[in-house]
Amino acid sequence: MLSFGSDAVLLAGLAAAVLFILGLKGLASPKTARRGNQFAMAGMAIAVVTLLFSHNVVGAWWMLPVIAIGAAIGIPLATRTPLTALPQLVAAFHSFVGLAAGLVSIGTYLNHGAEPMEVHTSIELVAGAAIGLITFSGSILAALKLQGVVSGKPWAWKGRHFLNLGLVILIILCGIQFCITGSAFPFGVIVLASTILGYTLVAPIGGADMPVIVSMLNSYSGWAASASGFLLGLPLLIITGALIGASGAILSYIMCAAMNRSFISVIAGGFGSDAGSGAPELATGGTVKTAGVEDAAFMLANAGKVIIIPGYGMAVAQAQHALKEVFNLLLEKGVQVDFAIHPVAGRMPGHMNVLLAEADIPYEHVHELEEINPAFPQTDVVLVIGANDVVNPAAQNSPGSPIYGMPILEAYKSKLVYVIKRSLNPGYAGVDNPLFAMDNTALLLGDAKDVCEKLAAAVKLG
Amino acid sequence: MDLMMLLTVFVLAGFVGYFVVWGVTPALHTPLMAVTNAISGIVVVAAIMVAGVPQGSIAAKVVGGVAILLCSINIFGGFAITRRMLAMFKSKGAK
Repeated sequence: MLSFGSDAVLLAGLAAAVLFILGLKGLASPKTARRGNQFAMAGMAIAVVTLLFSHNVVGAWWMLPVIAIGAAIGIPLATRTPLTALPQLVAAFHSFVGLAAGLVSIGTYLNHGAEPMEVHTSIELVAGAAIGLITFSGSILAALKLQGVVSGKPWAWKGRHFLNLGLVILIILCGIQFCITGSAFPFGVIVLASTILGYTLVAPIGGADMPVIVSMLNSYSGWAASASGFLLGLPLLIITGALIGASGAILSYIMCAAMNRSFISVIAGGFGSDAGSGAPELATGGTVKTAGVEDAAFMLANAGKVIIIPGYGMAVAQAQHALKEVFNLLLEKGVQVDFAIHPVAGRMPGHMNVLLAEADIPYEHVHELEEINPAFPQTDVVLVIGANDVVNPAAQNSPGSPIYGMPILEAYKSKLVYVIKRSLNPGYAGVDNPLFAMDNTALLLGDAKDVCEKLAAAVKLG
Repeated sequence: MDLMMLLTVFVLAGFVGYFVVWGVTPALHTPLMAVTNAISGIVVVAAIMVAGVPQGSIAAKVVGGVAILLCSINIFGGFAITRRMLAMFKSKGAK
């Protein structure tokens, strides 16, 4: 077995690992976050440059141009992609790392030739290939779903659990055979089966569960990096992979907790399969009021305290800039305006925060669920924009509801609620929302951006 | 390096990650995903080693080269997107 452990490379790796940890630590506050990102960049540069110029590696002359090509592709992708497409871009990036980790395993096998391997090396090789390729194909499918190329509807085929189980067993059996024989055939089967498994694992998950799947793939990409680290004996990769793996796992956990669902039930999938196909009318029996934009603008402008709840509908309609107009005008009129963000609003963790930040809304005005829920009873007007399930009181008072037990933003406790909504369709969970039929609620039907622009104009006049 | 040593490092790093990530403010969860995605490009180190083995096979060099390219896209793209997002988070006073 070749040894790569020169002291300079290991020391640079240690420095990089410390810088990565400091980088993540910086994200504790928006004030320190930018410096954190710079720490992480410095760590990456130190690790890569030291390795390229160490005597362990031959061929830096052709690798540097390859890295430059990567920069020439990656930077424009990151700077030109519209912010609405952010979730799918992140998912696509996960797939690259997954594939790279898979290729590292394949390449190591190719380099190794016919000599027999130690058992732990074989296991690491198999783990790297399997986790990497599951991440790869799963992330590609997730990106395509988020982009809308593939339908976001979950794949509801009943046999999928048996298929997945069968693939897992196949991978394990081939892994055992590979450990014993070291031959190419079982390895090839593992490569193929893992790629299929990534697809079949993500296919049944869709709609409102996408934030969980994106964070889960984030986690997998970390474990894949760790596996590569074990394979080549690189502590830096093991540390970084463990950091990422923990991060993605925690994000998945937070998303699941925010939906009051177990991780297993999300992974099993099939939730939200009725989304969009349900009845177009509300079945709650209550009458739904609609309101005029002028009335809503008047109430907002004369309120003492307003809370705005954005949801995925705001992202789709790109309404954040128009909303910022409303926000500014209300502030000028002396209204206290805050934003309330549910952990699963949007299609990835923190999605709404990024959009509001893009619209230049200061982060001091943006609050998390626990922080703002006590404020609703003292709030005059709540404006809900393209959010549905996260404000559904059925989660608190109707034990039969599929979303019962999910923590919600308690908009219904405020004096008046305006809901900007494109239609009366239920949300992604396919559940009726009794909030819409309550006496203190009125709907503003229309495109979120349109309605916000009209609201801004009306507030300005009023 | 000794397998047990690596396992120790792995488990302890997992704990470090656990505590550091719980400290991340929920508002920055998207940048967290972006930056972890960027640093996951560290797999490039493994790719360089696979492609840079003295007297390695040509096939391994090709496979390793592709992996280097993929990781580089990820590294530069990931850091650029994190930077772009973080630049948007402004405080009241900042202009």
